[in-house]
Amino acid sequence: MRRRRPPPLVTENSQAYTFTRRAMVLGAMQGGIAALLGGRMAYLSIAENERYELASEENRFQLVLVPPRRGWIVDRAGQPIAINRSDYRIDLIPDQLKEPDLIIGQLAQLLELPPEEVVRIRKELEQAAGYQPVPVAENLPFDKYAAVTLRLPEMPGVAPLRGFSRFYPDGAAVGHLVGYVGAANKKEYEQEKNPLLITPGFKIGKEGLEQVMEQRLRGRPGAKRLEVTARGKLVRELSTLSDRSGGTLPLTIDAGLQTYAARRMGDESGSCVVMDCLTGDLLCMASMPAYDPNKFSDGIGHSEWQMLSADERKPLLNKTLNSLYPPGSTLKPMAAMAILEAGIDPEERVHCAGGYQLGNRFFRCLGRHGPMTMHTAIARSCNTYFYAMGRRIGYDRIARMARQLGLGAKYDLPVVSQSYGTIPDSEWKSRRYAQNRRLVERPDWTQSDTLNAVIGQGYVLVNPLQLAVMAARIASGRAVDPLLLGAKHAPASPLDPPAEHFEIVRKGMWEVVNGAGTAGRSKLPLEGIEMGGKTGTAQVRRITGSQRGQSGDWKYRDHGLFVFFAPVHAPRYAGSVVIDHGMGGSRAAAPVAKDVLTYLFDKQKALDALVPLEEAWGGNIAQRMERDARRWAALQAAKKNVQQAESEKSGGTAART
Amino acid sequence: MSTAAFVPARIAHLPWKLIFLVVAIGIFGGMALYSAAGGSLRPWALNHFVRFFALLGIAVGMSYVRPQTYRDFAWPAYGFVMLLLVVTLAIGTIGGGAKSWLELGFIRIQPSELMKPIVVLLLAGFYGALPAGEIRRLSAIWPPLLILAVPCALIILQPDLGTTLLLIFSAVTVMFLAGLPLRLFVGGGLAVAAAIPIAYSFMMPHQQKRVLIFLNPEEDPLGAGYHITQSKIAIGSGGIFGKGFLNGTQSHLHYLPEQHTDFIFPAMVEEWGLMGGLFLILCFALIFRWGMAVSLETKGRFGRLTAGGLTMTIFFYFAINLLMVMGLAPVVGIPLPLFSYGGSAMLTVMICLGILMSIDRDNRRNHR
Repeated sequence: MRRRRPPPLVTENSQAYTFTRRAMVLGAMQGGIAALLGGRMAYLSIAENERYELASEENRFQLVLVPPRRGWIVDRAGQPIAINRSDYRIDLIPDQLKEPDLIIGQLAQLLELPPEEVVRIRKELEQAAGYQPVPVAENLPFDKYAAVTLRLPEMPGVAPLRGFSRFYPDGAAVGHLVGYVGAANKKEYEQEKNPLLITPGFKIGKEGLEQVMEQRLRGRPGAKRLEVTARGKLVRELSTLSDRSGGTLPLTIDAGLQTYAARRMGDESGSCVVMDCLTGDLLCMASMPAYDPNKFSDGIGHSEWQMLSADERKPLLNKTLNSLYPPGSTLKPMAAMAILEAGIDPEERVHCAGGYQLGNRFFRCLGRHGPMTMHTAIARSCNTYFYAMGRRIGYDRIARMARQLGLGAKYDLPVVSQSYGTIPDSEWKSRRYAQNRRLVERPDWTQSDTLNAVIGQGYVLVNPLQLAVMAARIASGRAVDPLLLGAKHAPASPLDPPAEHFEIVRKGMWEVVNGAGTAGRSKLPLEGIEMGGKTGTAQVRRITGSQRGQSGDWKYRDHGLFVFFAPVHAPRYAGSVVIDHGMGGSRAAAPVAKDVLTYLFDKQKALDALVPLEEAWGGNIAQRMERDARRWAALQAAKKNVQQAESEKSGGTAART
Repeated sequence: MSTAAFVPARIAHLPWKLIFLVVAIGIFGGMALYSAAGGSLRPWALNHFVRFFALLGIAVGMSYVRPQTYRDFAWPAYGFVMLLLVVTLAIGTIGGGAKSWLELGFIRIQPSELMKPIVVLLLAGFYGALPAGEIRRLSAIWPPLLILAVPCALIILQPDLGTTLLLIFSAVTVMFLAGLPLRLFVGGGLAVAAAIPIAYSFMMPHQQKRVLIFLNPEEDPLGAGYHITQSKIAIGSGGIFGKGFLNGTQSHLHYLPEQHTDFIFPAMVEEWGLMGGLFLILCFALIFRWGMAVSLETKGRFGRLTAGGLTMTIFFYFAINLLMVMGLAPVVGIPLPLFSYGGSAMLTVMICLGILMSIDRDNRRNHR
């Protein structure tokens, strides 16, 4: 056993000593902690001063980006195509929003928001991350905007903003050409990582020129330094770095012509391209029907989108660039160029007995034309002449001429996409055969391929812009390329074929409109100005029986095409009109071309011609779009009712059984 | 003293040095509160001044009472405050939710605060009466622990961990000064240190997070680390001479939370800089030195233990608050007495100072 040590003797004196000693210890501890605190404070305020000063400034100041005004888009004469309008808007900042339900309720009442908007705001608010603003309403009238700003102190998280919104005075007429703008989506933001993209009210180009020319149109943002309290309340505005508006974008387009062409198209689905055939300036690139870019830029609703995408006339498709057609007879002037190049005398006659026999197959013509020269063959669109001559020179030569005249090409244009179609030849066919045997049955180019291709059927596919370029090149004999930006361009350089060849072909095209041709009804109503052209009717499907694509379901009807230039004696303008399922070039497309060209020479006359037409169609573009939207909404509502009734009925039956 | 000729002896014998320091702190605090309100006497500065001078008057009045009276008065006071604690707890329970305040109509007091000087007085009285030889016996430990444990239990139920800890600190200080064997304190300290990791593993995730954030507040500058981060920004951005009176941005733009109570010190340092902060620390340090000097000068065991214990009670407020605002201690709700807005802590400290002055006066009386 261990012996216990006796405890040390504690007396009054030793206790007093202990107390003194321990009090000293406590005193030292006090001194030590005081020194520690002093040292720590000195460290924070001397050594770390710079860092914390910066942190305090960062607390206090908020750098707010001021979105730049988007550059204007103007036409060749400086007339505005896309401009900015003063706009009042309200956003919600999720981070600062304390009671979302209460605030949304108040806003819905103040701004008279429809219930579907409230649902959208709630949904977007749930998905929104941190500081990314959720738009509540745009394009507000001032009194509603003021009603919100007045109550701002009681509504944290609500951000009213006076900004600018995009406005397209011509609406749907320029829809496909300029595209539209919209708030950047998550993907676009992540790609660019630019905080400007998530600034409330800032929009980027989403389609067309707005998208392609984004960097030029955007401009440079300004910045505001704001002193704010911890709750985000503004104390004062300190310094402002002003924003720089985006650059103005002049186009080669003639806004008046573009709008006129779009209106003249009426309810048809189609496109109209007009070019300056000397320089290649695109004066008009209308594709109808089209969406209204003003509506898209405000953020389009779900049902509106559904209506557009369900429309069989494809208002979301830019037909001038992205619709491909078998060009039909519009290619005959080009084929004539190839025939001339092959050294064949244009006066040589081919007898048309209503078609052409190739082996055991008979290729039909549209009529029994009798003896045909090149001139009459173009004028009356005789297939037999071109079957015979095409077979004589071989299609590869024709394909070469087609490319020389701009077909099958992808042009250097500021557009989102171009479908450039097909100009087939033997090499193309064997390549295609290797790729896809279902489309092409045999690898070698056959005589019947030639016969089909020479009249613009078979494998040949072009877009309306290519047709316009072809027309322009034939009209001027110059290697024009389509141009969309800038105004004053020099004439293009001449093409290889001799000028007489172009002259012969143009004469044939003159005859089409002004003589015994297929488009005689579309003579220009102008003194001393004549139009040359070529009609085309393209089959959508193989001819079955007697039905030649001239009746029946709209979507199986033939396309109507027309290429043209004017004035014939000194060509200046050229272009193409394509009317989807218009049943014939002379019937549907040439009259549009006639009026559009008339507009270029005599505006008033052209506009007068439009008045009775629009009356018959039921209003101008905006009015008809409004009418269609109402009709569609009514139809949807009716469908819903029917569904509901049916489900009730079946529910009732189920209950009964 | 030359003034003695003009001033009555009763007044001349007041510890003027101490009173001067206390008034300096109180006025400085009032100025900081004036600035924290954006340059306005309301809602804090005016209340602070009125309360401060009223309580200072009470403290001076208390200095005329003999220390023995406090010793005799301690037990009834203990019983009374216990009753208040029970009532507070009952009201809090009935009213639902935690409550540490007792609304007395004209004043809101925190009974747990009043417990601090009372426990110090009781323990000092106990050890003062304990024969010297008994100090190493068990009987020297359990009665004080019992005296301490009952109010602690009531306070922690409120729940108010900060006040409970301060109360334990004050009591342990008195026991330390009374001469309990050193190994008890060393062993106890080691036991607590060993228990921390174990306690940590038993904590709820959010409590663990709070501890981690104390260790590294920058990790979560907008969430739980916000207080500490903003407080350090306020202190650090003040620099040596500060941003100037009424020019603090952290406080005026409300980045600093609780800037009139627990975080008044950083709000002041932002405007007065390191110099202002050092001045305040110096004032407090001089008060503590005076308190410890009073304690050492006192002959009686009760008096010296009381003086030491009360000085340390004030010191713990000061130390924990400042360690907290400088990011050296976790965020616990402890105000900076005399300086920050709030009556209970000021009342407690003034009571402590009143008793200290009473002991000081007694010492000088014995000298004569």
